[in-house]
Amino acid sequence: MKFIDEYRDSEVIRSLLSQISEEAVREEGYRLMEFCGGHTHAFYRYGLLPLLPERVTMVHGPGCPVCVLPISRIDAAVTLAAREDVIFCSYGDMLRVPGSDGKSLLKAKAEGADVRMIYSPLDALKLADQNPGSQVVFFAVGFETTAPATALALKQAFARKIPNFTVFCNHVLTPPAMRAILEHGDGEPGEGSVVDGIVGPGHVSAIIGCDAYRFVAEENRIPLVISGFEPVDLLESILMLLHQINEGAAEIENQYVRVVKDEGNLQAIRLMDEVFELRGSFEWRGFGMLPDSAQKISSKYAPFDAELKFQVQFSEAHDHRACQCADVLRGLIQPEQCTVFAKVCTPENPLGACMVSSEGACAAAYSYGGIS
Amino acid sequence: MSRKLDIEHGFVDLSFGAGGIASAQLTRDIFSPEFSNPILDRMEDGAVIDMPDGRLVVSTDSHVISPIFFPGGDIGSLAIHGSVNDVAMMGAKPLHMSVGFIIEEGVPFSTLKRIAISMGAAAREAGVSIVAADTKVVKKGEADQLYITSTCFGLVSEDIHVGADRAREGDRVIVSGFIGDHGAAVMASREELSLTSNLKSDSQSVSDLVAAMLASGTDIHVMRDPTRGGLATSLNEIATTSAVGIEIDEAAIPVREGVRAVSELLGLDPLYFACEGRLLVICPAEGAEALLACMRQHAKGEDAAIIGEVTGRPDIPLILRSTFGGSRIVSMLTGDQMPRIC
Repeated sequence: MKFIDEYRDSEVIRSLLSQISEEAVREEGYRLMEFCGGHTHAFYRYGLLPLLPERVTMVHGPGCPVCVLPISRIDAAVTLAAREDVIFCSYGDMLRVPGSDGKSLLKAKAEGADVRMIYSPLDALKLADQNPGSQVVFFAVGFETTAPATALALKQAFARKIPNFTVFCNHVLTPPAMRAILEHGDGEPGEGSVVDGIVGPGHVSAIIGCDAYRFVAEENRIPLVISGFEPVDLLESILMLLHQINEGAAEIENQYVRVVKDEGNLQAIRLMDEVFELRGSFEWRGFGMLPDSAQKISSKYAPFDAELKFQVQFSEAHDHRACQCADVLRGLIQPEQCTVFAKVCTPENPLGACMVSSEGACAAAYSYGGIS
Repeated sequence: MSRKLDIEHGFVDLSFGAGGIASAQLTRDIFSPEFSNPILDRMEDGAVIDMPDGRLVVSTDSHVISPIFFPGGDIGSLAIHGSVNDVAMMGAKPLHMSVGFIIEEGVPFSTLKRIAISMGAAAREAGVSIVAADTKVVKKGEADQLYITSTCFGLVSEDIHVGADRAREGDRVIVSGFIGDHGAAVMASREELSLTSNLKSDSQSVSDLVAAMLASGTDIHVMRDPTRGGLATSLNEIATTSAVGIEIDEAAIPVREGVRAVSELLGLDPLYFACEGRLLVICPAEGAEALLACMRQHAKGEDAAIIGEVTGRPDIPLILRSTFGGSRIVSMLTGDQMPRIC
C-alpha cells in the first residue's frame, strides 16, 4: 500500500537498527520517552522494542487522552449519561474506562442509559437533529488532535442554533503535560527529568506545529524529535535523538515532515482559538492539577457547554488503590512493573484506564508484550 | 385461504406473529416458496428425516448483523453460511438446516422476501435443505429489524477426526484465502462511517472445499472458520485447546489492499476481522504442500497460503513474526474492536 509499505520495508528497518546500534555508544545508556500512546502501540505492535540495543530504553509517556482523564470526570460522564433526557455520545475508546466502583459508560448503557458510540462529533450533531425531544451530549476528549473537530461541531451548532446539543469538554493540551514530566518526572520537583530525549507526538504536532515544544530544548535542554507512526519513522527518530544526545545537542527536529509543518495547521488553530479558551487548571490522572493545561468552551459558545447546562458536579473520587496508572503515565514505572498488571488488571477487567484504551501503555504491553 | 400479501408495499405488524392467518400468510408467501423441499413442504410440527450411517454433527449460530444487507451478502445468506461452515469444520457433510426468525414490527415484506430468496439460493449452493423454520414478530424497538438463528445438521464418517485439540508441534497452518474481507466490508458499509469502498464480504459456504480437502487424503488435524474475532482469535483458541504455541508469518498472511486500507484508517487490526467464507486448517508438515495444492485447485481456495506453524511453546499461544524480524504476541480479542480517537 502506498505511503505505508515504504515505511515498513524490512531492509530499511534492518539498516536503521544497525545504525542505531552503532550510534548507541554511551555506557550509561539512553532513556527516551515516546510521549504519544499511538507511538507506544506502534513500538509494541511491530515488535520493535526487543530489536533495540540494550542501551536504548523506551519510557512510555502520558499521550493517551483516555488515560489521563481523571476518574472524577468519568464519574461525571456516567452521571450525565444516566439522565433520562440525555443521549450521551462518546468515542468508543472511552466506553470501557472504569469510573468509581468500576462503573463505566458501557455498564451505564447496560443499565439503561442511552450511550452511543460515534466516530465524529458531527455524528452527535446529526443525532441532535434526529432526536429533538432529547438532549444530545458529546463527550469531548483528546489532545489537540481531536479538539478541532469538536470546535467545528460547536461552530455548526452555534450557526444553526441547535437547542439540544451540548459538549462535555475535556480537551487537554500536550505542552503542559510535557513540561510536568520534564520538571517533576521522577516525582521530586526540581530533580530534573528522567529522560534523555523525547519522541514527540505526530498527530498533535500536525495541529500545533514544532514551535510549541521550544521550551523542551531551550529550558530543559532535552532533544525532541517529532515522529511518524510507522516502524521506519520511529527508528529514524530514535537515531536522530541518539545523534543529538551524543553531540550534546538539544534541538527540536521534525522527522514527520510529510505531515507536520513548523507552524502547524493554522486553520485548525484559528478554529480552536475561536471556540475554546484556556482553563486555569485541570486535573490529570497521574499529574494532579496542571495550570493552563486544558481547553474549555468560550463564553460565546457557553449555551453549548454541558458543564453549565447540566450543572455538572465533580465529586472527589480516587483511583482503585492498587492501580498504578499514575506512575505509568509519568513514565516512573513500566506497565509490567505495576503490581496488578496482567493479574488483577486485564483488558477484560481493567482497574485503570491505561489497560483500556487502544493507546494505553498497559493495554499495549498486555496485548503485544511479553516475548523474551 | 386469504389473499396474497402485498410484498411490494406491505410490512410486518404484530398480527403476523400471532400464529393465526397472518402468520400462515407470511410463511406461505415469503418463506415457503424459497425454501421448498419435500420434508419442509409437509408443514408438520417437526421435520422427519431419514438418517444414513455416520455421526451427527450439529451447530447453531445466531445472526444479529447490522446492516442486514452488506456488499457481498445479507443476514440471510450469512445465516446459511455460518452454520454450514461450522458443521463442515468438523469434517462433516452439511445436510439439513433449521432456521428461526425474530422480526421487528415494521419490516417491509420486500426486505423479508429479498432475504428469503438469498437464503434459499445459499442453501441450494451449499447442498443443504431447510427442513424446519419459525417466525416470531416483536414490537418496534425490541429488535433491530431482523435476527436469524440457524442450526445445521451434518454427518461425519467414522474415520474422520478433526478437532481443535489435535494441533501438534511441527504442524503447518494454512488459510484458505484473503482474511478480513467480511469484517472490513461490513464496517465500511456502516452508515455512520461514511466510507466508500469496493470491499465485498467473503460470505460463502466452504463445505465443498472441505470435501475436496478431505478427499485428498491428508491427515487434517484441525479446521476452524475464523468468524467472530477473526484469525487471531481462532488460532488462539486452537493453541490453547491443543496446549501448543502457534507462530504465524505476517508477510505470508493474505490481506487485500482494501482491507489493509480500512484497518489502517480506523486503527484496527485485520487479524481480528471476521471472515465468513474462509477456513484455517492445521495438518502435519509432510502433507501441507499437497493439501495446499489441492485447496488452490478449488475456486474457494485459490488464494490459500501456508501462514505459519505449530511450535511447542504453550506459554504464549500465538506469536506473529514481522517481516523485519520483530515479533509480537497476538492475543484474543477483548470486547469489540473500536476505532481509535487520534
